[in-house]
Amino acid sequence: MHTKTLTQLAQGLQSGQFSSIELTKHFLDRIRKHSDLNAFITVTEELALQSALAADTRIANKQTQPLTGIPLAQKDIFCTLDVKTTCGSKMLDNFIAPYNATVVEKLNQAGAVMLGKLNMDEFAMGSSNETSYYGAVKNPWNTNTVPGGSSGGSGAAVAARLAPCATGTDTGGSIRQPAALCGITGLKPTYGRVSRYGMIAYASSLDQGGPMARSAEDAAILLQAMAGFDTKDSTSVDVPVPDYSAQLNNSLAGLKIGLPKEFFSEDLNSDMASTLQSAINEYRQLGAEIIEVSMPNLKLAIPSYYVIAPAECSANLSRFDGVRFGHRCESPVNLSDLYTRSRGEGFGKEVKRRILMGTYALSTGYYDAYYVKAQKIRRLISDDFKNALTQVDVIMGPVTPTTAFGIGEKIADPIEMYLSDIYTIAINLAGLPAISIPAGFINNLPVGLQIIGNYFTEEHLLNIAHQYQQVTDWHQQTPKGFE
Amino acid sequence: MSLSTNEVIQIAHLARLGIDPQDIDSYAKDLSGILDLMTQMSELKTSDVEPMAHPMDQVQRLRIDAVTESNNREKFMTIAPQVEDGLYLVPKVIE
Repeated sequence: MHTKTLTQLAQGLQSGQFSSIELTKHFLDRIRKHSDLNAFITVTEELALQSALAADTRIANKQTQPLTGIPLAQKDIFCTLDVKTTCGSKMLDNFIAPYNATVVEKLNQAGAVMLGKLNMDEFAMGSSNETSYYGAVKNPWNTNTVPGGSSGGSGAAVAARLAPCATGTDTGGSIRQPAALCGITGLKPTYGRVSRYGMIAYASSLDQGGPMARSAEDAAILLQAMAGFDTKDSTSVDVPVPDYSAQLNNSLAGLKIGLPKEFFSEDLNSDMASTLQSAINEYRQLGAEIIEVSMPNLKLAIPSYYVIAPAECSANLSRFDGVRFGHRCESPVNLSDLYTRSRGEGFGKEVKRRILMGTYALSTGYYDAYYVKAQKIRRLISDDFKNALTQVDVIMGPVTPTTAFGIGEKIADPIEMYLSDIYTIAINLAGLPAISIPAGFINNLPVGLQIIGNYFTEEHLLNIAHQYQQVTDWHQQTPKGFE
Repeated sequence: MSLSTNEVIQIAHLARLGIDPQDIDSYAKDLSGILDLMTQMSELKTSDVEPMAHPMDQVQRLRIDAVTESNNREKFMTIAPQVEDGLYLVPKVIE
């Protein structure tokens, strides 16, 4: 059952080939069997079986939606009513969310069955899942390597077939990078496409939730259920949601693909470059035209992002003060001690580093030099994309500089870790949608291809990804031991 | 650009963030390294560029002034570290 697509699962459920209870138990068994991956923080077995039972009733009454009865897992950044929601942090180790995130609410309404809450970098700050309070997640392709981050649990769980699909969030690459390193399909939608309500904030002008699945076809179904305007999110955009599955089979003849020369410079390692070139040749065969474009300001994306994201983080994370929820230190002597020690004990090292960086960038005397400067560069980067997207329909490039790196390899050097986001963060600064799809292997580790589109063209990205997946089988490869 | 350990202590104070004394040197080193990365930004002239705070350049949406949320006070209080008589307890502020 774990090898089936979402469409096949829905057909199996509706034709009575298996029940949602059977399907849910099957995945719960797999989660137990592969618990050494550490992909889950919380497995909600009892709740899952209740939801599966309710879904079976809905199916019997023929009141189904595409995800009814289908198990999936939520990144532990989404608040889930009466279920522990940790955001990968000791700060929220005792936090039982008092409400559902809109994404959770929508998936529940669709009849999806939540298997549990997925491991992640603490407060989504990390590119390897190693900053989680609950420990590193192992990449199913090679358990000595990282799954990427921050949605590392989502990447590992989908790749290992512990869940048919999962939610993720992406502030600087946190859906696309783990999707690439785990050999799955991950889509970061346009900023404002998926509600951020109940999605614990890291950097509010960059955060966006999205689907992580085994194929573009499955990602389309999951995004369909997640997307839409939400009055509870003040930055949600009121644009109609198209039918994401309807355009999957459109022809790519005449598609104009831009390759930024800055993405394919000599800095890109040769194995990665040749793997991506093969993928791009495949698109040529499908009728696409390849055009070189230039985005001169891309090189400043990392410094700009690592000012803006920590600045927003330092403001957002000030809510964790040990007063109303979350960790509180023992026997505080005064209010200042309560704040300082609760935060000091509750946050891990990378989160502290970003709070310090953000606080500094926003402090008197440095605000213009760092924060305003970074925002100006954000505008230039965004304009680079706008210009490029007037010449071409989509932009393609790498997702990551390398395949999955070793657990422990980069965690001691924050800058080294930040540089692993080099191909993904500019897209968040611009707010554009982008998808990562499996495009080959180097030494048995998956490589991702990134496809970046114009605002609110997710259906087009899914179409372009799906067409590639019709003529290649990289996305169907399963890590050894998880078949 | 490098940050001294005193500056790190001052920033941590502004953020009300407890940091382990033995970690201060490593924070100073890491933050100095990150700030070096930031200095690349100054290579670019940006005096005519409008800062971009948000990808959609949206205005704040308004809503009708009506009650939309139900009162969840008791539920919220159950997850608080310390409450009494419906109030959140913190150490005494005024002697």
